[in-house]
Amino acid sequence: MDVKDIIKPENKVYGKCPVLTERVLHYCPGCSHGTIHKLLAEVIQEMGIQDKTIAISPVGCAVFAYNYIDIDWQQAPHGRAAALATGAKRICPDKYVFTYQGDGDLSAIGTAETIHACNRGENIVIILVNNAIYGMTGGQMSPLTLEGQVTSTTPYGRDIALNGYPLKITNLIAQLDGTCYVTRQSVQNAAAVRKTKKAIRKAFENSAQKKGTSFIEVVSSCNSGWKLSPVDANKWMEDNMFPFYELGDLKDK
Amino acid sequence: MAEKLLMKGNEAVAIAAIRCGCDGYFGYPITPQSEVMETLMEEKPWETTGMVVLQAESEVASINMLYGGASCGKKVMTSSSSPGISLMCEGFSYMAGAELPCLVVNVVRGGPGLGSIQASQADYFQATKGGGHGDYQLIVLAPNSVQEMYDFVDLGFELAFKYRNPALILTDGVIGQMMEKVELRPEKKRWTDEEVIKLHGDWATTGKTKDRPQHAITSLALESAVLERFNLRLIEKYKKLNEQEVRFEKTNCDDADYIIIAYGAASRVCEKAVELARSEGIKVGLLRPITLYPFPTKEIQNMAKQLKAILTVEMSAGQMVQDVRLAINGALPVEFFGRLGGIIPTPEEVVAALKKMVK
Amino acid sequence: MAMKGAIVVDRERCKGCGVCIVNCPAKVIGLTKEVNSKGYPMSYMANPEECTGCTNCATVCPDSVITVYRVKV
Repeated sequence: MDVKDIIKPENKVYGKCPVLTERVLHYCPGCSHGTIHKLLAEVIQEMGIQDKTIAISPVGCAVFAYNYIDIDWQQAPHGRAAALATGAKRICPDKYVFTYQGDGDLSAIGTAETIHACNRGENIVIILVNNAIYGMTGGQMSPLTLEGQVTSTTPYGRDIALNGYPLKITNLIAQLDGTCYVTRQSVQNAAAVRKTKKAIRKAFENSAQKKGTSFIEVVSSCNSGWKLSPVDANKWMEDNMFPFYELGDLKDK
Repeated sequence: MAEKLLMKGNEAVAIAAIRCGCDGYFGYPITPQSEVMETLMEEKPWETTGMVVLQAESEVASINMLYGGASCGKKVMTSSSSPGISLMCEGFSYMAGAELPCLVVNVVRGGPGLGSIQASQADYFQATKGGGHGDYQLIVLAPNSVQEMYDFVDLGFELAFKYRNPALILTDGVIGQMMEKVELRPEKKRWTDEEVIKLHGDWATTGKTKDRPQHAITSLALESAVLERFNLRLIEKYKKLNEQEVRFEKTNCDDADYIIIAYGAASRVCEKAVELARSEGIKVGLLRPITLYPFPTKEIQNMAKQLKAILTVEMSAGQMVQDVRLAINGALPVEFFGRLGGIIPTPEEVVAALKKMVK
Repeated sequence: MAMKGAIVVDRERCKGCGVCIVNCPAKVIGLTKEVNSKGYPMSYMANPEECTGCTNCATVCPDSVITVYRVKV
């Protein structure tokens, strides 16, 4: 069968989600952000909630997330996304409100806002993209950087005596009574992507059911920050990140 | 006759918020303004008007909750006192940069640092000259009575939405804590979602529908030319504020050789000082700036033609006096009298300072 | 019943990251020698006859540049 006979509109089984804009993503080749953006867009499309969704973008590489997912966005000061989400959701309780944050944004400067929003059980979704590094500012150490990991501010590797321990923020969040669903996922292969999408869908449904805060960590790669090719970065993530940041649900109630 | 109630300045802010259709209050306790949130919690407006009241984990969170609510085109407010306002300055800058309306009340206490819990006016610079980073201005209102504490909540929202800019009520522990009669104004209903879309649907994050492009509330403009264009637009906005929104009050100024310039609690003291000085034959009047930004620069310049000297009285080391001197630009002597540390000047002290200047 | 698939790559948006290549169970995809206007090599069907239209490549593509078609044969 000729390829030309296959490539026909009626045979299309997967394509770009219409809730994504036409803009070319500014992210580096192979960056996990694009995949996670796509999943959010697909869930919003499938749930038919484009007009009911308010998203909060962080400071970091995803600061421009509003350029790519065609919904209403608020771009937060560094770390404050969960506070914005609280304000938006409390004032507009019929909206789906989610934050999209990196590990630097959420787990360092935004720890207080994140923990208290989760502890109050705000009916929001928090997406944490954990690539164990500050990507946008040039690959500095974040609280989630692994022990021994080389970054631009830990050029000899993260030293516990100097920098303290990598923070399992998601495990900490799971302890909070306000959270209903806390999970750690990834997007490096098709199976992982499909699982992450299911997690996002569940999180959005939780917020409609007013069950409390849903928190999804997506263990991700930052190939530029890690100085690896996209494919090698995913391999490094599997070998080094997954043993420490174990995938799976931490809480589902 | 309209209903009159005896209440504290801080309580007046809370009651006014509920009655003027405020959608949400987010705050954090700090003396001397905690009665604002306490009154709101006691009134439970979520059961009547639907107004949200939430105690946040910090002032940083409060102001960012305002960012979230304001982005939705809703009337949101917070209140705090000096140290808490310092923490909010990041948020002011972002909200001014994202052109978001909101109302903040600063019941000023003595500083720097933890300072004291007594009344002060030492946050004038912070309120009118930035506080946060970047070229931005807050709309700053300075009430000097409990009635104005009440009235300026509605006025603050009106100006904040008219100019899509954060508005600040700069008051102090005296006005916040003292009790006076307040005439309640007719109630305003909260905007419905349809009204929000009608009024602010061209920018607010009300949910992207098929018939309009997405709305992205942001203060980010990485391209220099884009940011400069935005900065110039802000300057235009501030120019308009200076042309249209300057508010002040003049007492005994018509025949005055001298004027005292004072705002807030200090202006109440100066009202008495003017009375005392007049009884001793000194032809003195009082100019009370009501908007500290925009500042009544032109009015001061107009008045200067008939004056011999100006005395500025503040409960600070001398902050507003710099704006007076800028307005006067050396044409007249501009003297300053202030008390610090939370001490309220007495009318007699002000008269003494006035006499020193008149000599 | 066997499936026969094909992909179309948006060549101008492809960044040649290669994530689709390692995720293709049938080893269909390769990278072009030529580059697009951004200077990136692009994914293409190097072995089109092997494609089953499983959508794995498009699922993992961060830039949503792959459209997948499939027919039953």
